[in-house]
Amino acid sequence: MTEPCLRVSDLHVMYDLGSSGFARRKRLHAVNGASFEIAPGETMGLVGESGSGKSTIGLSIMRLIEPWSGKVTLGGTDVTGVSRKDVRTLRRRMQMVFQDPYSSLNPSMTVSQLLEEPLIIHRDLPKAERMKMIGEMLESVGLHAGYAVRYPHEFSGGQRQRIAIARAMILHPELVVLDEPVSALDVSTQSQILNLLKAIQAKSGTAFLLVAHDLAVVRLMSPNVAVMYLGEIVEAGPSGRVYDAPAHPYSAALISAIPFPDPERQRNATRIILRGDLPSPLNPPSGCRFRTRCPFAMAICATEAPPSVPVEGGGTAACHLHAHGPKLGGHSILPFIAQKMGAA
Amino acid sequence: MSASILSAVPVALPPSSTFFGRFCRNRTAMVSAIILLAIIVIAVFAPYLAPHNPAKSSLRYILKPPTWLYPLGTDDLGRDVLSRLIFASRLSLIASVQAVAIALVIGLPLGLISGYVRGWVDTVIMRLNDALMSFPALILAVVIVGMLGPSLTNAMTAIGLVYAPRIMRVVRGSTLSVREEVYITAARATGCSDARIIARHVLPNVTGPLVVQATVLMGQALLAEAGLSFLGLGVQPPQASWGAMLGTAFPYMADAPVPTIAAGMVISVTVLCFNLIGDGIRDSVGRMRRSGD
Amino acid sequence: MNNAQPLLDIKGLTVQFPSPSGWLTVVDNVSFSVGRNDIVCVVGESGSGKSVTTQAAVGLVQPKGGRVTAGSVMFDGQELIGASNRTLNRIRGDAIGFIFQEPMSSLNPAYTVGEQIAEVVRRHRGASRADAWKQAVAALDRVHIASAATRAHAYPHQFSGGMRQRVMIAMAIACKPKLLIADEPTTALDVTIQARILEVLKELQQELGMSVLFITHDLGVVADIARSVVVMYGAQVVEFAPSDQLFAAPRHPYTAGLLEAMPQVALERGHDPIAIPGTVAQAHAWPKGCRFNPRCVHRQDGPCTTQPIELIADGQGLVRCALAGELRLGLERRA
Repeated sequence: MTEPCLRVSDLHVMYDLGSSGFARRKRLHAVNGASFEIAPGETMGLVGESGSGKSTIGLSIMRLIEPWSGKVTLGGTDVTGVSRKDVRTLRRRMQMVFQDPYSSLNPSMTVSQLLEEPLIIHRDLPKAERMKMIGEMLESVGLHAGYAVRYPHEFSGGQRQRIAIARAMILHPELVVLDEPVSALDVSTQSQILNLLKAIQAKSGTAFLLVAHDLAVVRLMSPNVAVMYLGEIVEAGPSGRVYDAPAHPYSAALISAIPFPDPERQRNATRIILRGDLPSPLNPPSGCRFRTRCPFAMAICATEAPPSVPVEGGGTAACHLHAHGPKLGGHSILPFIAQKMGAA
Repeated sequence: MSASILSAVPVALPPSSTFFGRFCRNRTAMVSAIILLAIIVIAVFAPYLAPHNPAKSSLRYILKPPTWLYPLGTDDLGRDVLSRLIFASRLSLIASVQAVAIALVIGLPLGLISGYVRGWVDTVIMRLNDALMSFPALILAVVIVGMLGPSLTNAMTAIGLVYAPRIMRVVRGSTLSVREEVYITAARATGCSDARIIARHVLPNVTGPLVVQATVLMGQALLAEAGLSFLGLGVQPPQASWGAMLGTAFPYMADAPVPTIAAGMVISVTVLCFNLIGDGIRDSVGRMRRSGD
Repeated sequence: MNNAQPLLDIKGLTVQFPSPSGWLTVVDNVSFSVGRNDIVCVVGESGSGKSVTTQAAVGLVQPKGGRVTAGSVMFDGQELIGASNRTLNRIRGDAIGFIFQEPMSSLNPAYTVGEQIAEVVRRHRGASRADAWKQAVAALDRVHIASAATRAHAYPHQFSGGMRQRVMIAMAIACKPKLLIADEPTTALDVTIQARILEVLKELQQELGMSVLFITHDLGVVADIARSVVVMYGAQVVEFAPSDQLFAAPRHPYTAGLLEAMPQVALERGHDPIAIPGTVAQAHAWPKGCRFNPRCVHRQDGPCTTQPIELIADGQGLVRCALAGELRLGLERRA
C-alpha cells in the first residue's frame, strides 16, 4: 500500500462568529468530521451545494483557514501539525486554483510577474531560467509565451483561468486544490479548461482535489467523489457508482436536479424536488442533518445520526434507509425512489 | 484531439485602455496638468525667465503700479513682483513636496500595517490617528512651529505631520478592502510571506487612492505654507514663497493692490490645479478597476 | 392561441453602447417573437447580447447609456420602441413582469416583502391597501412560500437565496402579467433550488396563461422549460427553432458545439467533452463573415469568411450558417 498523496482524517472546521453582548460565543461548525484520501496523481471530487462546507475543506487543507481539529497529511508530512511559518514552505508542494479568475489574479501584476512569484519564493533560480520556465508553462496551458508581458485584464475569463492554472502548476506541486475551477466561465470555454486540467494531470502526475457543485463535472474528471451536505460527507465512493446508483437520497436528488439537454428526457424524468431550504448551519437539525428536506425521513432520522454503511459497488453512505425502513442494505436508492414516486 | 484543444488560439485581445489614455481624455484634468507643468517649468528655469533680480531693490520704484518694465509692479522695497513670484514658485513647490513626502513616509506604512494586521495594532494606531485629527490642522502646525522655531523646514515638517493621518486613513481604508480580495488569498496559497503580500500585492493596489489623496494634499500643503508664511512662521526673509509675498504685500493693499492679487491668484490657480488633477486621477483609476469585465 | 398575432414581436432590433473606440453594436438586427401562452428561451454566453435584447425591448438600455438605432418591438399590438417613459412605466411591472439574476439587489431591504409586492399592485392596479395586501399574500402562496400570510411580514434578508428568488417571482406575477421576462433567474442558485424554481415557473405559466421569455446560458435548463429557443452568438440570432427540433438536430455548429461541450452529454457518450476552441467573439472585433467562424470546426474559407451570413429559413426554424445546406449536425450527433 503506497502512501496516499493526501490523507484527511476527522477534520473539523469552526468559524468563530464572535460574541455579542452577553450572548454565548457563537461558533459555526462548517465541517463536521470529514475523512478521505487521494492517491498520488489522482483526482478526488468534493461535491455539494452552497453552505455544504466543501470549499472550507479545500481552504483548511491549504491552512488558509485553520482547522479546529483533525489531521491532514500531504505525502506523509503532517500539514496540520506544523507551525504557520513552516506551512509556507509546504505550499511549494500544494497549490490552489480559485473559482473566479477575475478576482484571483492581482490586477497590478503582469502575467510573467504572477508566474514568477512562486519561483522567487520557493526556488533559487537565475532570472533567465525563471523566464524560460514561465514561457514553457504558458505554452503548456495553451497561451503564447509572448503574452507574459500583458496584464490579467487584457484576457478573457478562460484565458485568465489558464494563467491561474499555470501559476499553480509551475512548482510541480503534489496536490492542487481546484475550487470550482470552471463555474465562473462561459459555457463554451468550460470544457476547454476541464480538458486542459486532464491533460496537465496526465503529464505531471499531480493529484487534484476538485471542489465543485456540478456532479456531472466531477464524474467526468475524477474516479472518486464525496458528496457533502451541511458540513458532512453523506456519501462517498467511485464516482461512476455514485452517479449511476446513488445510495443516499441527497445524492440522488442532486443528480436528478441536473437538467439534461434533451426536452423529451426532461419531460419524462422522475425528479426529486427537495422541500424547504438549507437549514442554518448555526443550528443544524438533530439526528440526520438532511432529514428536514428528505422526502423519505423516518422517526429514527430525528433522533440518531446515521452511521456510514458500505455500499455495493464501493464507498459508503450515511443514511438510515439502509438499516431501517426499507432496509436497502447498501444498495442503490433509485429502485426505492422509483417505487415511492410511482406509488405517489 | 487534446493537442487541438490545448492550442486553443487566443483571440484578439481587447484594446488595452490605459490609465494614461483615460486621463488624457479628461479635458479639465488635462488643462490643469498642463498649467501645473508650466508652473514647474517656470520654477526650474526661474533664473532664465525672471526679467529682474528678485532681491535687487530700487528705492526709486517703491510700490509702483504695473509698467512695461515691471509687469506686475514693485513691492514695498522696490523689488520686481513678477520676478519674485517666479522665484517664489520654487520654494512654494518644494515646500509642498516636502510636506507631502513627510506625510507619506509616516502615513503609508502605518496605514498598510493598520489595515493589513488589524486587531489591537489597528486599534492603537487608529486612536492616535483620531487624536491627531481632532485638532484643526493649521493650529496644530502653529503649535509645532512654535516649539521648533520658525523656519520653512520646520513649518513643512509640521504640516507633514498634520497630514500624515489623512494619508493613513486613505491607505488603511483601501488596504482593508484589498486584503479581502481573492488574489490576496491566492498569494498566501502560493506561499508569500506577509511582508511580500503587503509590498507586492497590497501596495500596488492602494496606489490609486493614495495618489489622489497625495495630489489633493499637495494643494492643501501649498495653502498651509502660504498661511504659515503669511503669519511669519514659515519662510524667513529675504527668501520668499507665495504665501510670504502675500503676507508682505497685504498691508499695502490699498495703495498697491496688484502684488496681493497676483500672489493670491497664483496660489489659488495652483491649488485648483492640484485638486482637479486629483479628481482626474481618481476617475481614471476607477474606470481601470472596472475594465476587467 | 386563437389570436394569430404574437404577444411580443421583435423585428430588426439593433442596439449600440458607447466605448472608447466609438459606438459598439451589441445587438445586431435581432428578430424573434413570443407567442401567447408560450415559453421562449434565449440562450447565449456573455457578450452574446441576450440580456441587452430584452432590456432594449422594454426601454431599459437608454438609462444605461445605450441607444436603439433600428427595429421595432410590438407588445400586444403596441409599439414599445419610441414609446414614452410614462407608457413604458405603466407596462413594466404590470403587463410585463421581470425576474433578475440577483434577487437581493432587486428587493428593498427596508420594507417587508408583503409591502413591496402590495406596493406594485397598488401602483399598477389602483387597488386598496387591504386588497393589495391580500393579492400580495396570494402571490406568495402561489410560488409555494409556506404560511404566506405570516411570511409576508418578513424582510428580504430573512429569506434564503432560493426563497428570495421565489419572492421576486411573486412580485413579478402579482399583477398577472401577460409576459414574464426572466433574466438568468437560476444562475446564482444551487441545482436543487433551480429545479424547484423551474417547477414553479412552469406551473405558474400554465395557471396564469402567461408567456415567459427566459434568458439563460444553460442548455439543460432550456431543454427543461422551453417550447422554442433563440440561440444568440456575437450579438446576432444564429438559430431559432422549436425546442424538440433544436435538441434533436441542431442546425448551427455553435448550438451543436455547446451541446457537445456539456459534461452531461460527454458522460452519456463515454468520452471527454468536445470543447469549442478559442474565445467568445467580442463587439470591438467581430470576425469577418460568420462571427463564429474562427471557432468553427466546419469552417470553409470563402463562404464563411467573406460575406456577412444571412438568417435563412430551415425546416421549422431559422439558421445563420453559410453551410446550413450541407451540414448534417443532427445525424452526426446521433451516430
